[in-house]
Amino acid sequence: MMTLTELKPGDEGIVMGISGGRGMMRKLESLGIRIGVKIKKISSQLMGGPVIVQVGNTRVAIGYGMAHRILIRPVG
Amino acid sequence: MRKILLVGNPNVGKSVIFSRLTGVYVIASNYPGTTVEYTKGYMHLGDEKIEIIDVPGTYSLDPTSKAEEVAVKMITETEGILIDIIDATNLERNLNLALQLIKLKRPMIIVLNLWDEAGHIGIEIDKNRLELILGIPVVSTCGITGEGIRELVKRIPEAKVSDFEYEKDERWGKIGEIVTKVQKVRHRHHTFLERLGDATIHPLTGIPIAILILLLIFFIIRRIGEGLISYLFDPIFENLWAPLISSLSRSIGPSIFHDILIGKLIEGRIDFVESLGLLTTGLYVPIAMVLPYVFAFYLVLSILEDSGYLPRLGVLVDTIMHRFGIHGLAIVPMLLGLGCNVPGALATRVLETRRERFIAATMMAIAVPCMAQIAMIFGLVGRYGPKALFFVFFSLFVVWLILGILLKTLIRGESPEIFVEIPPYRLPYLKAILTKVEMRIISFLFEAVPWVLIGVIIVNILYVSGVISFLGTILAPLITGLLGLPPEAVAALIIGFLRKDVAVGMLSPLGLSESQLIVASVVLTMYFPCAATFTILLRELGIRDMCRSALIMIITALTIGTILNLIFTVF
Repeated sequence: MMTLTELKPGDEGIVMGISGGRGMMRKLESLGIRIGVKIKKISSQLMGGPVIVQVGNTRVAIGYGMAHRILIRPVG
Repeated sequence: MRKILLVGNPNVGKSVIFSRLTGVYVIASNYPGTTVEYTKGYMHLGDEKIEIIDVPGTYSLDPTSKAEEVAVKMITETEGILIDIIDATNLERNLNLALQLIKLKRPMIIVLNLWDEAGHIGIEIDKNRLELILGIPVVSTCGITGEGIRELVKRIPEAKVSDFEYEKDERWGKIGEIVTKVQKVRHRHHTFLERLGDATIHPLTGIPIAILILLLIFFIIRRIGEGLISYLFDPIFENLWAPLISSLSRSIGPSIFHDILIGKLIEGRIDFVESLGLLTTGLYVPIAMVLPYVFAFYLVLSILEDSGYLPRLGVLVDTIMHRFGIHGLAIVPMLLGLGCNVPGALATRVLETRRERFIAATMMAIAVPCMAQIAMIFGLVGRYGPKALFFVFFSLFVVWLILGILLKTLIRGESPEIFVEIPPYRLPYLKAILTKVEMRIISFLFEAVPWVLIGVIIVNILYVSGVISFLGTILAPLITGLLGLPPEAVAALIIGFLRKDVAVGMLSPLGLSESQLIVASVVLTMYFPCAATFTILLRELGIRDMCRSALIMIITALTIGTILNLIFTVF
């Protein structure tokens, strides 16, 4: 298990947990990021910039702090 | 009258479908959050006239931003048929809102838009099966070409309340079941646009590409703007309009009427910038000096918007924006503000909290000059060469940076992190770009020309009545003492409340030195927004925050003007 910020760009993983309040869960869920879903990390920025992931056919930019609170189990 | 609400996730093409149904054009772009206000239009269905409302996009009925709040409020408070527009390339995510809407028990239709794009990337949706499962009409469309719109119109009378039932907690499970039943995805290779897309957000390649794009934009805008002025507008005004006005001037003879229509003759001749008459400066400034740059800017901006690049730029600058207490998406209001501060102020709605919107709106109103003003600065300061121009824009940029850092520490409140959908790159559709530029030019002409004409009349009244010289004397310690400008510059500051381009133009007859022109240009940008922007900011921020913002503007303008003046006097 690792956080989304630790996952390497290009790698895929399953969302195992989100440590955040209901507001954050709801926000992530609105773009399809929720526990049990497979996501692929596309890129990350320098100096704590946003992480970009792909969920289904959607690409989403997630702030570093938020990405740090998403737990991932890498697959493949 | 019956109503239809067009609802759906952001960036699924609601505005394009709205235009198709009503014939009313609304700005549509390839990034989430283009529509922050609703638009109404009408369509005829048989003998019946129906009102159509283009609602801003929302991902769910639990809003997470101001734009979403507006959307949810409209959906729940307005009676009428819901047309839920779904991005067919993102069925699962879009069904989340669809199932929430179904719970409202309102007559509904589902539109699978971007149908052609879904086909291209190997997604097949069995729409008949979806229709059976949900029990409401499902239509496929391609908004940009208009395919499927006729079918949609034909089926509007079939809209009905869905009988699909589910428990709130099992929504995603139900969505999963539906998707498995109706969607087939073929494997496919990555397209060239996708690879290009990835290169523009990887930091190593993305930042150089962004700098290149911004430089290119600047170059193109200047090229088109200058080209149009020297080969089209100046020849028209000099060779056709000037002789006409000259003979009019002779036939009227010196009178107040002459002063207002044609203005002062400079060395016996009409000077389109300095004469300050309705038919001279009043037309020349908005049409021959400003319009060419406005056109060039909107052409480039529209291409950028429709390609899908803007949110990527937002991701790249996110780290910098964090220093200001806002996030990367705030680049959108800043860029729009470069065209005109009014849409810039409206676009601050893409930000979630009051603090973020206050910071972004204040930074934009102070340090982002609109294209009308930039054009005039090019015209006046540009005579002294690129160095003088660089000085003006570099000062504004530094102010923008420092102001952002200060505002972050001064303004209390929350600033959530960036969280945004990155749309796929799309090749801009030429016809859509041209329509968009045309609409923006028309609204520029309708908004700018009357204000410029009113400004010109007011200047004349203020001069004749002696108000300008009176205020000049009173404010002399401020204007001359701190900023090093002649007392008459007060006239430009007054007119700047109305239109910044006219204000910059009014500096022309004052015979300012290069450094005075630079100080005046910078101060005119910062000290207060023009009337149109002020009205919008007042509405968006509320009266208390607007007063705070205005105070910051005046203090910043005086401080920076004084510092620049000091620098120029010392060196």
